[in-house]
Amino acid sequence: MTETRAATEAPAPANPVRPAGPLPPARATRARTRFSPAPYLLLAPFLLLFAAFGLFPLLATAWASLHRVELTAPGQAEWVGLRNYSRLLDDAFFWNALLNTVTIGVLATVPQLLLALGVAQLLDVRLRARGVFRVVALAPYATSVAAATLVFALFFGRDHGMANWLLGTVGFGPVDWQNGPWASRLAVASIVVWRWTGYNALIYLAAMQTVPRELYEAAALDGASRWRQFLHVTLPGLRPALAFTGLVSTIGAVQLFGEPLLYGSGAGASGGADHQFQTLGLYLYEQGWVNLHLGRAAAIAWAMLLILVVAFALVRLLRLLLLPRPKRSGRAA
Amino acid sequence: MRTPTRAAGTSTRRAGWGTYTLLALFSLVSLFPLLWTAVAASRTSTRLAATPPPFRLGRNLPRNLTIAWTDARLGEALANTALVAGAVAAGTVAFSTLAGFAFAKLRFRFKSALLLLVAGTMLIPPQLGVVPLYLLIARLRWTDELQAVVLPSLVSAFGVFFMRQHLQRALPSELLEAARVDGAGTVRTLWHVVLPAARPAMAVLAMLSFVAAWNDFFWPVLALTQTGNPTVQVALTGLGRGYVPDQSVVMAGALLGTLPLLVVLAVFGRHIVGGVMRGAVKGWVKG
Repeated sequence: MTETRAATEAPAPANPVRPAGPLPPARATRARTRFSPAPYLLLAPFLLLFAAFGLFPLLATAWASLHRVELTAPGQAEWVGLRNYSRLLDDAFFWNALLNTVTIGVLATVPQLLLALGVAQLLDVRLRARGVFRVVALAPYATSVAAATLVFALFFGRDHGMANWLLGTVGFGPVDWQNGPWASRLAVASIVVWRWTGYNALIYLAAMQTVPRELYEAAALDGASRWRQFLHVTLPGLRPALAFTGLVSTIGAVQLFGEPLLYGSGAGASGGADHQFQTLGLYLYEQGWVNLHLGRAAAIAWAMLLILVVAFALVRLLRLLLLPRPKRSGRAA
Repeated sequence: MRTPTRAAGTSTRRAGWGTYTLLALFSLVSLFPLLWTAVAASRTSTRLAATPPPFRLGRNLPRNLTIAWTDARLGEALANTALVAGAVAAGTVAFSTLAGFAFAKLRFRFKSALLLLVAGTMLIPPQLGVVPLYLLIARLRWTDELQAVVLPSLVSAFGVFFMRQHLQRALPSELLEAARVDGAGTVRTLWHVVLPAARPAMAVLAMLSFVAAWNDFFWPVLALTQTGNPTVQVALTGLGRGYVPDQSVVMAGALLGTLPLLVVLAVFGRHIVGGVMRGAVKGWVKG
């Protein structure tokens, strides 16, 4: 940002010499110092909506989480202090949902990003029909959560599902993909992996293509193998993209909602007969829109933010502890 | 602005048969659930429950589609979704372009603070706003009304950043300076200088917002009911919960909800792919 500011200032001479001929419009020379409403008018539509539908709800959630608000009478709110939060801490279903969110999150995020790296590496060569492969990679991303989950639920059906039929043909017994605690979490995670791997692969591919090819040539001349080139040239070049996808998929994992909601078909908000794949997002929905306790739902929302903050703080801490500080000098260019 | 052609950045390595095999496998896994949706939607639920499961198209597709269209009101839901996604895309592009231009090229007080505020909210899960948002639309009596879904989605912090990044590079300050010297006001500058420069990014942002709005799930499921004015995703939720018990009809519904976007993807594929790749690299990673 600082570079652009310098760039816009540079052409204006410190002591403007008035050219001969007609006077330049006063606005041209004085706009820099005088208050101008134009930027605010341009921002107004966005900022008004942002305040109403972005900022206000954010702050009002904190207020709601300190009240008893019921969906049946949303106008009446009774101050309860931190009771919504203390209830959560005593609630076995909250801890269950937290654990499920973390396990499904790990099961979904780690394979998704690793696979995406592999696919990006595959796509980063001279390829026939490159465009086709890229569009195919995005097809799952264009498929909605609802449609994808319905198909996967059918695929993972216990009695007649294709997954168990396939397992049967290679000699394994059927797996209870609906009720098995780990099998069902794995199934829910697989929907996420399917939908997002191609999307992440394209982001990695874009980042890979900004890595100067000379670096690879130099590495090859030094006798570095493909694998070492990947470790020492590609991965450092991908660092911002890795951070971006890590951030986005972590946020996505904490919010996981549609997949467990629809995977449970009849069960809906409870996330399986035994709550075995009820995530925090689903638990929030159950508390607010099934049990009608909006105040408690708001407290769960804040808990979700807290978890994200803790997760990012941990990542930061790990980076500080494990990695040497990246050089800052390269950024000025 | 010129983006370097992809070929310049692409590795000079040629793909071997191993690469093609792995990519074919990846494509198969990516497409299989979609193809199989079509197969399942063209069968009867009895046939779906038999072993081995069907792999080829059957003859029941028209019947299942008709039931999904009328009984689950998917036709109506599709119209609602097209309306919502169109409005969201148009609004997001318009507001993001104006705000993105201001952030990219104009100087004003609190600019960096505002930008930081907008960026910060990108990291916050949308769940954090739904309770008061719901109270708000309940008070306005907007539950089941489409504007309840459209209005909150018009605010796109990502859109503002995306346009800002694009305009910072695509719009030389000298051009703005020249327009100002020529006596063009803000409106004329916007129309004749900013818009032409912004157009490619606007198209990409429009497509990305359209796809996102079409597939939006969490908030529409809260704000709309299956009996009111459902979007496709809300209607599919109803199907999935067994309001229509026939699995092949459920799959026909899933197919109907997905097909329009797959057609869009097939037609504008290259641009959408480019948009996803650029959106991440420009709007975020290199920001």
